Amino acid sequence: MSYIQEGLNRRLFLIRGAQVGAALTLGMSLGGRVLAANAETGDFEPNAFVTIQPDNTVVITIKHLEMGQGTFTGLATIVAEELDADWSQVKSFGAPANTKKYANLAMGLQLTGGSTAIANSYTQMREAGATARAMLLAAAGQRWNVAVSSLGVQSGTITHSASGRHASFGELAAAAAKQPLPKKISLKDPSEFVLIGKAKLGRKDSGKTDGTAIFTQDVQRPGMLTAVVVHPPLFGATLKSVDASNAKALPGVRAVVQIPSGVAVLADSFWQAKKGRDALKLQWQGGSERSSEDIIADYKKLASKPGLSAVIKGDVSSALSNGEHLVDVEFEFPFLAHAAMEPMNCALQKTALGVDMWYGCQAQSWDQQNVAKVFGLAPEAVTINTLYAGGSFGRRATMVSDYAVELAEIVKAWGGSAPVKLVWTREDDTASGYYRPMYVHSVKASLNVSGELSAWQQRIVGQSIMGASDSVDHTTVEGASNLPYAIANLSVEAHNTNEAVPISWWRSVGSTHTAFAVETVIDELAQKAGRDPVAFRLALLKDEPRYTGVLKLVAEKAQWGKPLPDGHFHGVALHKSFGTYVAQVAEIAAQKDGKYKIVKVTCAVDCGVAINPDVIAAQMEGGIGFGLSPFMFSEITLKDGKPAQQNFDSYKVVRMRHMPHVDVHIVPSAEAPSGVGEPGTPVVAPAVANALFAATGKRVRKLPAGEDFFTF
Amino acid sequence: MAINFTLNGKKTKVEVAPDTPLLWVLRDELQMTGTKFGCGIAQCGACTVHFNGNAMRSCSLPVQAVEGQNVTTIEGEVSAEAKALQAAWEDLAVYQCGYCQSGQLMSAAKLLRDKPSPTDDDIDQFMSGNICRCATYQRIRAGIKQAALNLAKEVVA
Repeated sequence: MSYIQEGLNRRLFLIRGAQVGAALTLGMSLGGRVLAANAETGDFEPNAFVTIQPDNTVVITIKHLEMGQGTFTGLATIVAEELDADWSQVKSFGAPANTKKYANLAMGLQLTGGSTAIANSYTQMREAGATARAMLLAAAGQRWNVAVSSLGVQSGTITHSASGRHASFGELAAAAAKQPLPKKISLKDPSEFVLIGKAKLGRKDSGKTDGTAIFTQDVQRPGMLTAVVVHPPLFGATLKSVDASNAKALPGVRAVVQIPSGVAVLADSFWQAKKGRDALKLQWQGGSERSSEDIIADYKKLASKPGLSAVIKGDVSSALSNGEHLVDVEFEFPFLAHAAMEPMNCALQKTALGVDMWYGCQAQSWDQQNVAKVFGLAPEAVTINTLYAGGSFGRRATMVSDYAVELAEIVKAWGGSAPVKLVWTREDDTASGYYRPMYVHSVKASLNVSGELSAWQQRIVGQSIMGASDSVDHTTVEGASNLPYAIANLSVEAHNTNEAVPISWWRSVGSTHTAFAVETVIDELAQKAGRDPVAFRLALLKDEPRYTGVLKLVAEKAQWGKPLPDGHFHGVALHKSFGTYVAQVAEIAAQKDGKYKIVKVTCAVDCGVAINPDVIAAQMEGGIGFGLSPFMFSEITLKDGKPAQQNFDSYKVVRMRHMPHVDVHIVPSAEAPSGVGEPGTPVVAPAVANALFAATGKRVRKLPAGEDFFTF
Repeated sequence: MAINFTLNGKKTKVEVAPDTPLLWVLRDELQMTGTKFGCGIAQCGACTVHFNGNAMRSCSLPVQAVEGQNVTTIEGEVSAEAKALQAAWEDLAVYQCGYCQSGQLMSAAKLLRDKPSPTDDDIDQFMSGNICRCATYQRIRAGIKQAALNLAKEVVA
């Protein structure tokens, strides 16, 4: 059964359930306080986290977007644990847009990002599960006239062992709904966990192996039109003239409308809309014609001058001039497109009351506000049905809701009432901007006579994702300004630049470039001092037990320092992002053609309590594959202002033949759980770069390393 | 223009412009959305279907080319290979976002039909036309091998 079908069936059930008072639903407030709700009072709404149906299905409402990172599985694991549900009876369902009920507690917005899903929901989901469990127990106690303390719960069944009676959650749902909300709930001691930390539970985002899962691209509504858009050829260009006469004459084309972001063709089907688009005659004016070379040249000039200070400690210049083994290097990082498999898209229908939307929405709070603004509505009048997203990597959450607003503008300009689906082609998606910004780093570092790290100066030049002008954007310097290595003299600076290119966060954000610069420079210092890269790092991390923990574990599991087969080389890197510590050892092998193959990556991760180890492993594996693309091949280069890469033929990404074997090891921990969606990504590039140095004596300073080292 | 072909074993007729790619006929005319749009230029494999038994990128196949031919999509792919692959995919939690997986499974089913026990090199060669941006490649590889093993057991049994 598909996701949408399940959702519809569930809604139907809830209506029926409300009528007969047969199911138990619980909702939680922002602070985790139980708000309520049982069937008979009518407070029985799909805005809760736990719904138990008479057929014994436990439906868990997931407030975060499922975009592949496994949040339908991870959050369900937490609820099911405290509920003592059987994993097989659990189903996950995406929450509607409702900031009050479904805010990310780390942000106060309904938004999925920053690898926060588990971290912000952990206590909230535990309490949701524990509350439901307490009410089910109370119902069973009442039914059998026995003390709750004499009851046990296991795998979705409540048992009174003294009398041999038992009942399923489903059988008790109606009675549980009549119980008062518990005044106090107790959460399990971690030693009692039966699902959290269990090696292998199946995933809860169903329909993904038989084509039945519904993504935005698959939304079908009666009378729906498809919209295809032409965007300006240059960032910042505006429309000068439109001749749509040929387009309008084509079969299936219903309208051509001008909107702030371009010109849209609405047609009965995608192919008709695309042919209509091809027949448009458009003239544009203005826009930035700056090439990547122009930008890099300017950034390099800025990197030679002091910038805004992110962190300063000691006296860096004198320490550098007195230091030994000076490293003085520059790094270049290109723009990067997210290139999710499902190009950006959205479906929307204007109704008498407001707007209904269907798509893989990542930032419900922003999108509601921005779309409401287009139509002059209140944000609550924008109903968002969040579907699975075919990947995002940050792209689907922009503060301006670019593609959702684009569709709103299309529908507003058109003025019709039929539902419209906006479909971007791959070329539209790749050339749309909202890139990981281009950066230049200048790094100077040295050791003192005892071989300790004595000075580190790092300047980072690039656009500010958060729009900072005369202040430091944390997302520019994160991963560098919090350098973990013991050091007396440290200065990290930033220059915010202005370019016409829209930019955005990209899986692991600042760490995509800072981890590379930091971890390759540290490696270079170790090498110049004649020290082993792992031992050198460990000596600088004496007061950092969690960094040390992942580094020691990865060194042990990768058999660091032991002889490798001929032509094989190791490189190591470690990095913390979003509260999670990751260390990786990459093993590369020389090929007959003089290039290298990345054969294995050993990964150690410390993300606190490991909620769902298989999802954690999957995110490390996928994060590593994702991080290899920009190291090996991916880049967006601007030529006279235009993105030179438009599709997967030129925007090259890692394929099956490039994927190393990944071996993931999780550090046992009782710390609060932290995220895993992003932290695996930034570590692999410096680990492989350090292995390439071991193999070739060459340092990679400019990404992608490209076809000098790897065969596409 | 009317095009007649066999889709998932059923005689099918559509009225569309002959240059319409098969992908968009499946999705927009026949409401069969399991086959995905990813790139439109046969670079990513998300739209893979079986065309007379061969793995084919439907985004670059004009529908006029399927006149009188056999097409199988993820909705109608019920071969032993596909079933074994789907079971392995669930068992190993292969997928992440899932958008590319119809195409991955269609390619993998064809691979197993041709090579019942594929080597790593066979998998690299045959599956490199299917991009997965979540990079689930390691589990796809493991899924193919597990399915191959289970199919071999069934044959022996």
